[in-house]
Amino acid sequence: MYEIDCPWCGLRDESEFHCTGEAHIIRPEDPYALDDAQWTDYLHHRSNPKGLHFEQWQHSSGCRKWFNVARDTVTYEIKAVYKVDEPKPAFLLTDDQSANQATVESSEVKA
Amino acid sequence: MSQYRLPQGGIVNRDAPLSFQFNGKTLSGFAGDTLASALLANGQHLIGRSFKYHRPRGIIGQGAEDPNALVQLGEGSRTIPNVRATQTELYSGLVANSVNCWPSVDFDVMAVNQYASRLLPAGFYYKTFKWPAKAWHFYEERIRASAGLGTIPNEPDPDRYEHVHKHAEVMVVGAGAAGLAAALAASRAGAQILLVDDQAELGGGLLAEQRQINSMSAYDWAKSVEAELRDNPKVQILTRSTAIGYYDHNFLTVVERRHDHLSESDREGVRERLWKVRAREVVLAQGAFERPMIYGYNDLPGTLLAGAVETYINRYAVKPGNKAVLFTNNDNAYSSAMAMLSAGMEVQVVDSRADAEHPLIAQATAQGADVLKGYVVTKAKGGKHVKEAVIQQLTPDGRGVVQDKQQQEVDLIAVSGGWNPAVHLHSHTGGKNRWDDEKLCFVPDSSPQRQVSVGSCNGSFDLYESINEGFAGGLSAAQKLNSTATAELGFIPAAESETADMRVSAMWLVPQNTTPERSPKAFVDYQNDTSAADIRLAVREGFHSVEHVKRYTAMGFGTDQGKMGNINGMAILAEALGQSIPETGTTTFRPLYTPTSMGAMAGSNLDDLFDPIRKTPMHAWHTSMGATWEDVGQWKRAWYYPDASEDMHAATKRESTIIHSNVAVLDASTLGKIDIQGPDAAEFLNRVYINGFKLLKPGRCRYGIMLNDAGFIMDDGVTTCLGENHYLMTTTTGGAAAVLNHLELWLQTEWPELKVYLTSVTDHWATISVNGPDSRKIVESLCSDVDFDSEAFPFMSFQDGTVAGAPCRIMRISFSGELTYEINVPAHMARHVWSAVFKAGEAYQITPYGTETMHIVRAEKGFIIVGQETDGSMTAHDVGYGGMFSSKKEFIGKRSAQRVHLKSPERKQLVGMKPVDGKTVAMEGAHILTNAADVALLTSLPLKEPIKMDGHITSSYYSPVMGHPIALAVVKGGQQRHGEKVMVSDHLGNVCEMEICATTFYDLEGAKQR
Repeated sequence: MYEIDCPWCGLRDESEFHCTGEAHIIRPEDPYALDDAQWTDYLHHRSNPKGLHFEQWQHSSGCRKWFNVARDTVTYEIKAVYKVDEPKPAFLLTDDQSANQATVESSEVKA
Repeated sequence: MSQYRLPQGGIVNRDAPLSFQFNGKTLSGFAGDTLASALLANGQHLIGRSFKYHRPRGIIGQGAEDPNALVQLGEGSRTIPNVRATQTELYSGLVANSVNCWPSVDFDVMAVNQYASRLLPAGFYYKTFKWPAKAWHFYEERIRASAGLGTIPNEPDPDRYEHVHKHAEVMVVGAGAAGLAAALAASRAGAQILLVDDQAELGGGLLAEQRQINSMSAYDWAKSVEAELRDNPKVQILTRSTAIGYYDHNFLTVVERRHDHLSESDREGVRERLWKVRAREVVLAQGAFERPMIYGYNDLPGTLLAGAVETYINRYAVKPGNKAVLFTNNDNAYSSAMAMLSAGMEVQVVDSRADAEHPLIAQATAQGADVLKGYVVTKAKGGKHVKEAVIQQLTPDGRGVVQDKQQQEVDLIAVSGGWNPAVHLHSHTGGKNRWDDEKLCFVPDSSPQRQVSVGSCNGSFDLYESINEGFAGGLSAAQKLNSTATAELGFIPAAESETADMRVSAMWLVPQNTTPERSPKAFVDYQNDTSAADIRLAVREGFHSVEHVKRYTAMGFGTDQGKMGNINGMAILAEALGQSIPETGTTTFRPLYTPTSMGAMAGSNLDDLFDPIRKTPMHAWHTSMGATWEDVGQWKRAWYYPDASEDMHAATKRESTIIHSNVAVLDASTLGKIDIQGPDAAEFLNRVYINGFKLLKPGRCRYGIMLNDAGFIMDDGVTTCLGENHYLMTTTTGGAAAVLNHLELWLQTEWPELKVYLTSVTDHWATISVNGPDSRKIVESLCSDVDFDSEAFPFMSFQDGTVAGAPCRIMRISFSGELTYEINVPAHMARHVWSAVFKAGEAYQITPYGTETMHIVRAEKGFIIVGQETDGSMTAHDVGYGGMFSSKKEFIGKRSAQRVHLKSPERKQLVGMKPVDGKTVAMEGAHILTNAADVALLTSLPLKEPIKMDGHITSSYYSPVMGHPIALAVVKGGQQRHGEKVMVSDHLGNVCEMEICATTFYDLEGAKQR
């Protein structure tokens, strides 16, 4: 059973939490500009990496807040927890990923 | 005094003799004995019969590794099957019986299997009984009866169990030499410690150790460490406690057995506690298991692991034989030889290593052991006990044996094939193991956990090396928590002990003059009767992965999980595959470490405590009225209220009739209620429902449908605007929590800019739903501050009012189709208002009704129940609510609902159904045939191909007010098929013809509810 460091409440047992899937899925600004296949991709298709994975968790039996967890799917180590509106922690990313993330964020700001 | 109990020595309490029974015989032992040591002291080696061949089997080990010494312990409701005698503390009045033998362990009818063993190889049952397929049921019954071990009790467990949570800075598993040293170091360094050990007394192997530590006996050293630990308030010690599982993030489970060691009459309170421990640092000091030697008939009673023999002699003062052969491939076993010699036994050592050299060998020889180097035991002879050991010399290359045999008369064969570190807990969370070519065993390697293995579970088999490692491990654990921690250990272990540099050579399978297939059976897994030949057979038949071979041969499947022989088996497999042992790998080590009672798993989560039970404030009233109950989620809802003579049909007929004629009351308190406040509340509601909510005025109510993001119906309910920026949303009873989560997810992750606050108020308000033509008169009589005129208080509106003195919210909404007033009352006053309503309604024959009648009357109106008419794949269009879609706004699920296939007219759509004969009530779940002619196929089973179905019945009742049965169903393209007749068939073979119709049956204009 994991021990998760809720950004609001501190260390608590996994039994107080629920994982609600992959984090950083950006909702399309205009859903109607997408065809059915693209929309379905947004709705359902998720990555399933071996290793580092970014997830949304809710402290469902605690403060009820959602937050993000960076978790290793092999060792089950939790590398970082951070709030929903925060970017992926830079220390976990390769240079390429950091550059990519910066692009995504700036496009979000423009949108 | 029995001839096998030594006159002195050991740590059993000779002043406390205990009497016990084995197979009906009364025997005696001492306090401090295990059942195994007490049986051996009585000369009882034969314990049970093996699983498949029913071969006689005896005690072979001293602890969790023993695959054979299984007994049925206790009687009646407390009997436990397959308990290891080696781990059962003796108590006065203990009753044990052999398992898997009939009529007795000495004469077992099924033992004929062993003579047919050549006909019963690995996979025998799979190969023989697979054809014809139908006959398996016949074979299975007979195979199951002849296989199996003990029997489970046929009464409920009378004992109590509990779970305890614990946080520890440093958890030490195992209190042998290394574990005690680790706990001592960590405790002196100031850490808070949990030390667990599965035995009654701390010390582990030290309890049978003859050497000195720090100038005192090993036993005294263990006691001195224990005394210091017990004196430290930051140290908690659990004895008789087995760490059974190691899970992620240093979470461990420990089962503490609190009274199994006591006579049944002395047992009080909780039998077992399951400790759930979260540790910052973990030190594993579980020890090691000795390996057997794999030669012909190595399973005969009277064959014991050498280390076990040493323990029985030194700790329990029990001599398992008089004339022994000790068969070894390592130096460690010579310490066992010396223990045997000191107990007065004759010892012939057979060492497979021609070049064996170690100070211990010299010592043993000096004490009188006869040592044969370069020899092996190829076969044991005997019936129910070993009588002879056949000894042969190895060929110079070590791969064969010379023809000459010597036969030695013995009553004990002690075997030592080297040692396996107990890497189980280390491996549970994905810790890796590494093959050590020198020590010939897997040792712990990397782990994702904050843990360290010390002592022999780390492959450090020497006593002093083990203690040193324990100290270092305990101190470093404490230092990880507090980098400045130090510990004065005041102890200088012998740097160069006589036991240093012990060596072992590979001898996984003793060579024979014949091939393994032609040789006497050499057992690898004694509990499952898996032999070396079975493993080789599996390889020949194409099983190469160790996990496949395990499942084909059953090796390691027993209650011992292969703790003793598995590594030998994997080495034999590696050789057959022509690859190395690390290439072959091990099977996966999973929790639980040893068999654990179901009671410990369940703890107190039983019966009414299994899951929370939610009751409305009127629950006691429903009970007093003789209500039957329906479980809806965790809620208990009144189902119907039968009079003395009524069945459900009669009761619901009465209840539903009076709703339409007079007045009836439903306890609707279980509906989910969410209080929504904030300046953006209206905008928020507008985004979560498919229909518009922005224009909902204070005092008005509106029904809404909520979709998930994929466009499917998630929930429905009425939302009331209580005032500016203040709403009360109701949800389905079962969906309340999921809806709140759904709403919060959107608020927190997608719409953080909205100022909206959600509060669950389900339990704060009770709902008394007064339905029927007379409802207004009753509520009006209890409430003087509300104008009930339908102009002032119209349908789909709400008023604050005082009902029977209680401040209430009265909603004019209806789930019955009749005039309805739903009184929402603060929960603590609900029982009072409920009674007032019934008192006021006496003159109108007011009647309570339950969920069954609620279902009937809403179906008469065609109102859906989310979860009954919908199943997670139904859209608003499918249920006929497509007209509610607002085109003026964006809402959750809108884009998805426009996907091409979700708009298809061929989708299953909600319709009403009536039986053509006017009287048959179809079964809910019954299927609607695509082709009516296929009815004929239903009687010609088996079918050649599946019958095509167009949909199924979702709700079906007899409607008293309509005078005929009604049903709701989902049917492909159903909205265009009204008037069509279809055939409906259920799983019991009932068939009826029904006509598709509109979903509304009663009061088509909806005038009554207004």
